Amino acid sequence: MSDKMRIAGQFIAALPFSDALNMSLEDIGDGSAVISMPYDSKLVGDPRTGVVHGGAVSALMDTCCGAAVMSHPSSPGGTATIDLRIEYLRAAKPGQKITTRAECYHVTRSVAFVRATAHDEEDTNPVATATGSFVVEGK
Amino acid sequence: MSGRTKPEAVQVVKKRRDGALNALISGVPYINFLGIEFDRRGDELTAILPFSEKLIGNPIIKALHGGATASFLEVTSIITLSWSYLWEDLESGVLDVEKMDSEHMPRLPKTIDFTVDYLRSGLPRDAYARARINRSGRRYASVHVEAWQDNRAKLFAQATGHFLMPQRRD
Repeated sequence: MSDKMRIAGQFIAALPFSDALNMSLEDIGDGSAVISMPYDSKLVGDPRTGVVHGGAVSALMDTCCGAAVMSHPSSPGGTATIDLRIEYLRAAKPGQKITTRAECYHVTRSVAFVRATAHDEEDTNPVATATGSFVVEGK
Repeated sequence: MSGRTKPEAVQVVKKRRDGALNALISGVPYINFLGIEFDRRGDELTAILPFSEKLIGNPIIKALHGGATASFLEVTSIITLSWSYLWEDLESGVLDVEKMDSEHMPRLPKTIDFTVDYLRSGLPRDAYARARINRSGRRYASVHVEAWQDNRAKLFAQATGHFLMPQRRD
């Protein structure tokens, strides 16, 4: 495992809310990240269907986008979300892990623009897509 | 038509409304997991997110996680929207609170999209939110929601979302 992967993995685990949702880092690049979240009955938003609440998917998207920003070579410090828009394309299958992939598609001195998609284990159409803008902080 | 009927006793009205709201909220595991509560004044709802360590996103400055904030806003929107159409059935007698168990809960609206505007970082203390339904049609609804902490006028986050309305079975 690379140092970058190890450090980023420890960083995600140190965020109490991400940890409470059992998120784990799957991959990290230069301005991109992959984070997954296992299915858990405490995350259910619709008891009738057992589908995970949109808010939990938002939390996963936000964490993954933030990790992508921090992994970018021109973003040495921390970050904060300015705006995040999520489109819920379809319900995630109950019982399945959700995996998000985020990439910074443009980074300026002060703002990073990020796109992300979320899939369940049926790796066909995404469950959700997101776009966001994030603060780029210096060292 | 008969004349005016005598108004119901206040305890009866409160018991019915609080019972229905409680059934709506307690049925959703994610609301319990986050610890979100609702304060009802007539038909107006205020959501409360009591601070807890697990909601933190930035351990250094102890700020709320953006995902916790987004979840809080989305929960407030969905419950406020459900409450608005539940209210009519509840008050007209179509819906019986006694029969609102997990099998017979009214169907919840589904989120189409949700856009969160993070205005300032969430402090390690309780947060409050209220949602306003700007359009409530047969097919979809548009909802705006605002969240604050110490001062009502100083929002720390706001959001707009679109929701697919559950279709009535009758």
